[in-house]
Amino acid sequence: MVCWNSLKVVELVEGDPIKNVLYVDLTRRRYWIEERNDLFQKYIGGSGVAIKLLLEECRRGVDPLSPENPIVFAVGPLNCVFPMASKTVAMFKSPLTGNLGESHAGGRSGIALRSAGLGALVIRGASDTPIYLSIYDGKASFRDARVLWGMRSSYTVGRVIREREPKAGLRTIMRIGRAGERMVRYACVITETYRHFGRLGLGAVFGSKKLKALAIAGTNNIKVKDIKAYKELYQEIFKSEITAPALKKYHDIGTPMNVMPLNKLQALPAYNLKSASLDGAEQISGENLARNYLGRRVACGHCPVSCIHLAALREPYEKEPYFYKTTMISYDYEPIYALGSMLGITSPEGLLKLIDEVEVAGLDAMSCGVALAWATEAVEKSVVSSGPDGTIVNLRWGDYNAYIKAVEYIVEQPNEFYKALAHGVEYAATKYGGLEYALTFGGNEMPGYHTGPAAHIGYLTGARHSHLDSAGYSLDQKILASKGEPTPTSVANTLFEEEAWRQILSSLVVCFFAREIYKPEVVQKALKVVGWDLSLEDMKKIGYEILALKHEFKRREGFKADALRIPKRILETPTPFGRLDEAFIRDAVKEYFARLPRSTNQP
Amino acid sequence: MFACSRRFGSAGLGKTAILIRSAGGIERGFVVQVCRACEDPPCAAVCPTDALKLRSGGGVLLEAARCIGCRLCVDACTVDAVLWDDESDKPMICVHCGLCVQACPYGVLELSKGG
Repeated sequence: MVCWNSLKVVELVEGDPIKNVLYVDLTRRRYWIEERNDLFQKYIGGSGVAIKLLLEECRRGVDPLSPENPIVFAVGPLNCVFPMASKTVAMFKSPLTGNLGESHAGGRSGIALRSAGLGALVIRGASDTPIYLSIYDGKASFRDARVLWGMRSSYTVGRVIREREPKAGLRTIMRIGRAGERMVRYACVITETYRHFGRLGLGAVFGSKKLKALAIAGTNNIKVKDIKAYKELYQEIFKSEITAPALKKYHDIGTPMNVMPLNKLQALPAYNLKSASLDGAEQISGENLARNYLGRRVACGHCPVSCIHLAALREPYEKEPYFYKTTMISYDYEPIYALGSMLGITSPEGLLKLIDEVEVAGLDAMSCGVALAWATEAVEKSVVSSGPDGTIVNLRWGDYNAYIKAVEYIVEQPNEFYKALAHGVEYAATKYGGLEYALTFGGNEMPGYHTGPAAHIGYLTGARHSHLDSAGYSLDQKILASKGEPTPTSVANTLFEEEAWRQILSSLVVCFFAREIYKPEVVQKALKVVGWDLSLEDMKKIGYEILALKHEFKRREGFKADALRIPKRILETPTPFGRLDEAFIRDAVKEYFARLPRSTNQP
Repeated sequence: MFACSRRFGSAGLGKTAILIRSAGGIERGFVVQVCRACEDPPCAAVCPTDALKLRSGGGVLLEAARCIGCRLCVDACTVDAVLWDDESDKPMICVHCGLCVQACPYGVLELSKGG
């Protein structure tokens, strides 16, 4: 076990507004700023500062949908300073898993929060009537959102706020859809229309507080220590970003470039993972969508890659000749997996319409797709049946119209079945049966990689139960390419080190797509420019510490590593490594948690 | 925008003289608000203290010592290309240095005469 005594305390650059934490109390409609140098000096920003604030703000055992659950947003010192540092970290107690809720999003969120002169935003309490907050240069206003509440489409909510609020081009507008209002446990928060704080139910926490949206902007300057060194390093990083082949792929095809390779590898979960490949996958591949539907590529603020791909879906009106509706729909690998291959949908138009419906409602595409996939198998196995009133839609693989209807029912929750499904797959399967094919890990629905043992061990051990925690899917593919022989120890160690290092990246806050650019030595130089003088060893320690703190929160809220359920289905469907061995997974999980340090930095 | 701010030795967006915003939602694409280097610029015409001087080749130069921060130039600009620096409480005036053009990896911006 790693042990250390204390973290280095850095001196912040004079006048850097990052130390400012804006506290907003929705119950009393008050706000104030506190200077929290203590947090940023030790934990950098982003995930590091957010987990400290969550531990401070969230009392043990609170109901995640009660006013006592705080929402924390945090940015880091590299936001607004270096390209691809475009992300914001959100932390809260998850209404889906009951423990750590952490979700990252880009758009303009990171830029706007940092420009607003803030390092973090803490939202406490709950409003009694629907409101939205506008925050400019550190000042908060409470605005009436009664008319926005219940509006069918999240797109419309965005448009209304866009037209009512100033600072176009500099702002972020985060909002929830009806799924958040109705507290579906995997409702998301949408930002800049096509980016999301997707996972673990932040949208439901917004809904529980009657908080419809946040508009944030500002024009604060960020001072750097050495302008010459800054400009040089900026050019170096920028150049490597626009020339990196991996990033060019994100630009050209976007994340859906993974569909075909994973399908060929037999690692693309399909039909609720009854299969690991999909006949007709080509139809919903990144290449096919780019060729036939791509309407526009856009980027998050301060990112030269522009990986966001928007399809232009042109639909004729039924009764009017030569009359069309054109909708721009954002597609990525994850929604294609969850709402496409998992549901056996190979029609690109059907898939795009379903993705659009999920966006309109404001649901996490991944959890929603996995929920629908589980429900389809439950209907298939007659665990549940279509009711006489049709409210349990007769779900059949590939029938996207039925799925579009079911999304509406997840939001509306017209009966016990959809109420259960709105709680997440784990809850629904516990109630109705079918846990053996309920694809959840620590209560969170599965990401789109059945690449081998490391992917699943990563889902189980990751603090967020996300593929992005430790990138097991990538480790699997590396092992396959090198014909390596993984052992539980080697997998556990690699995942642990990766997850610990990612705590630094998500404290800066840089996009994980830039992880090959922001290597430890580059991060060290970049941090120095903004005043954080840390050695590689210092950074390593901080990474371990942040991870330890996250697990401290998880344990405190009842998470038990030895009670983790391994869905039977992942052992039945062969991976590129063949069938997975349960004992191997259990051993690796055990080893991972044995490596996990306990925090030594508690006050 | 970031490249423009960097020119002034600053990170962030506080010192930018070019603004990119969505054309009413990201689904509709983007609009660039930037100085067109007018030969007969309305911003200079309305300046009550003569702080905006005509620049050879078009556009204006700000004589900061004369500026009283009245913002008339902001309202006068037909294409909303006079942005504001809250720190100095004076306009951010584009000097047509072309740093933004160099920073754009997709060739959206161009520094040219005419058009």
